[in-house]
Amino acid sequence: MKKGRFGDFGGQYVPETLMGPLEELEEAYLQFKCDQGCKSTLDRLLTEYAGRPTKLTFCKNLSDILGCRIYLKREDLLHGGAHKINNTLGQAILARYMGKTRLIAETGAGQHGVATAIAGAVLGLPVEVYMGATDIARQQLNVFRMQLLGAKVIPVNNGTKTLKDAINEALRDWVANVRDTHYLIGSVVGPHPYPEMVRDFQSVIGVETREQILEHEGRLPDAIVACVGGGSNAIGIFHQFINDPVRLFGVEAGGKGPGPGEHGASLCAGSHGVLHGAFSYLLQDGDGQVAPTHSVSAGLDYPGVGPEHSMLKETGRVQYHTVSDEEALDAFFLLSRTEGIIPALESSHAVAYAVELSRECRKDDVIVINLSGRGDKDVHEVARLRGVAI
Amino acid sequence: MSRIDQLFGSLDRPAFIAYLVAGYPDFETSLSASGALIDAGADILEIGVPFSDPLADGPTIQRAHQSALEGGMTQNGVFNLVKEVRRDYTTPVVLLAYANHLIARGISRFYEDAAAAGVDGVLVVDMPPEECEEARLNAEKNAIDQIFIIAPTTRDHRRDMILQKSAGFLYLVSVLGVTGVRHRLSPETLAFVRDLRSHTPVPLAVGFGISSPDHVMPLAGAGADAVIVGSGIVDIIGRSIAGQPSAHDELAAFARDMREACNNCSKMNRS
Repeated sequence: MKKGRFGDFGGQYVPETLMGPLEELEEAYLQFKCDQGCKSTLDRLLTEYAGRPTKLTFCKNLSDILGCRIYLKREDLLHGGAHKINNTLGQAILARYMGKTRLIAETGAGQHGVATAIAGAVLGLPVEVYMGATDIARQQLNVFRMQLLGAKVIPVNNGTKTLKDAINEALRDWVANVRDTHYLIGSVVGPHPYPEMVRDFQSVIGVETREQILEHEGRLPDAIVACVGGGSNAIGIFHQFINDPVRLFGVEAGGKGPGPGEHGASLCAGSHGVLHGAFSYLLQDGDGQVAPTHSVSAGLDYPGVGPEHSMLKETGRVQYHTVSDEEALDAFFLLSRTEGIIPALESSHAVAYAVELSRECRKDDVIVINLSGRGDKDVHEVARLRGVAI
Repeated sequence: MSRIDQLFGSLDRPAFIAYLVAGYPDFETSLSASGALIDAGADILEIGVPFSDPLADGPTIQRAHQSALEGGMTQNGVFNLVKEVRRDYTTPVVLLAYANHLIARGISRFYEDAAAAGVDGVLVVDMPPEECEEARLNAEKNAIDQIFIIAPTTRDHRRDMILQKSAGFLYLVSVLGVTGVRHRLSPETLAFVRDLRSHTPVPLAVGFGISSPDHVMPLAGAGADAVIVGSGIVDIIGRSIAGQPSAHDELAAFARDMREACNNCSKMNRS
């Protein structure tokens, strides 16, 4: 396989100015991986600060309802409320190791922005977060959280004013300030080495899940389900099971329907293209213009997807499906009421697909859902959608 | 020998390269602006192919891309624009595209259509040589110069590889950052041009932030073979949207000033 490629996918489709810095980042990352000091700093922060390992929770009530054995990998219990911190702590330590003095990030739902703000605060690096104006409006709580954590939130008013435009703007910032700034990408997207590096930082999810399920069940699960926007939580849990007889399911945002602009299902409904530095599946028109997207969850409202997912789709190792806004909302309520756990709207997509999958399952079948984040950030939006004033 | 090679072989002064966005503010205006720029002395016309996510571009050119797309500009429209320009002019035309344009159209088809329209050079902003091999071979096949960028952050081993692969001219990104008007030419920019000059005979065209005739002389002195003006021109063209008919005259006057600044460098002892 060519360097920086997953099958045909991936690569470094970036302006020349970034090629040198990406090479530096790759070299530094290789050194960082062997550096005992960095490794112990990361391990310590992940355990004592972020809350790793996270629990694998058996959901008795939901299992009774669905007629199979449902487990949740509780990334929602991490500091900051989502899996994002696995990656931000890793990259922030790397940035410091490289002598960078400033972090920038993009954010959609705000979870990655919050996780970057947290990492910046604890590691002493100033943080600026690019966020689409539309997302700012629907994720007010996270905007204020980032500000409380000392980060500066920069509204992006270009294009569709969502995650993809925030990434464009962060890349523009990085091009201009590459000498002292690290761009802390929040998912397994972007040019090489980001997809590989973010996967490495997130693969702790799968490593723990494997140990924990063996402890609980004495065997590997039958299926693992995770939501896919850019795809970092999904890659994080899948990676450890790629060579095992475990069915893997990625769930994309089906939004309001299959029409153009109504969903965020890059793998299920897109075609080959280049966005944000990587060759991957992409929602676009016939002329190569990137299509608008929609999802009830800001974190899945993205026209691209990580290049490794594109490979996993084409090899057939992972099956990708969509779940609509309505189904995700139903799952949001279902998990809240049956298990007392309010899932993020992103993760609710995975829960919703597990409900569907359970219909073909036997009583002893084991399904693990990656509960990538908690839903506190979505409470306001869900109330609004249900016409409740709070 | 390509039109671009012929041009640089024949000039004893720096060339003036003018950039505009196809379809901004609309097809007709971008066509008439192309003519106005060439009539006023542009030596090479660079045409930006509008893209929904132009991440190498600053606010001025981003807005132009967005507005051209909203006005219905397409890749076919860009090729038609080139054909129209070709009807009246032999001036070299270079397309500035993004990778996804080529991938969506099909790389071979993109170059065939470009050649048929009369395009002389193609620069794909987000396709460094490592990702550009198929495109470059298609360019060669269609007698189109594949143009590459060198930036201040380009490391030496990659610089040598780029020099080896580039055709037509090298596009020097003079500053870190995106496209946009900058008022002052930095000493780093001049040092960067001088350094590169000492490594290659390939024509060096300096872009990003070049906006004034005053920038030409020092760049030529450092060894530049061409200056590229983008945002400055797009800015003026943009004013014609606001119903300022004088924008057209302003564009021609600006291009004449740039060209004159280039002419004034003709007697310089150029390396």
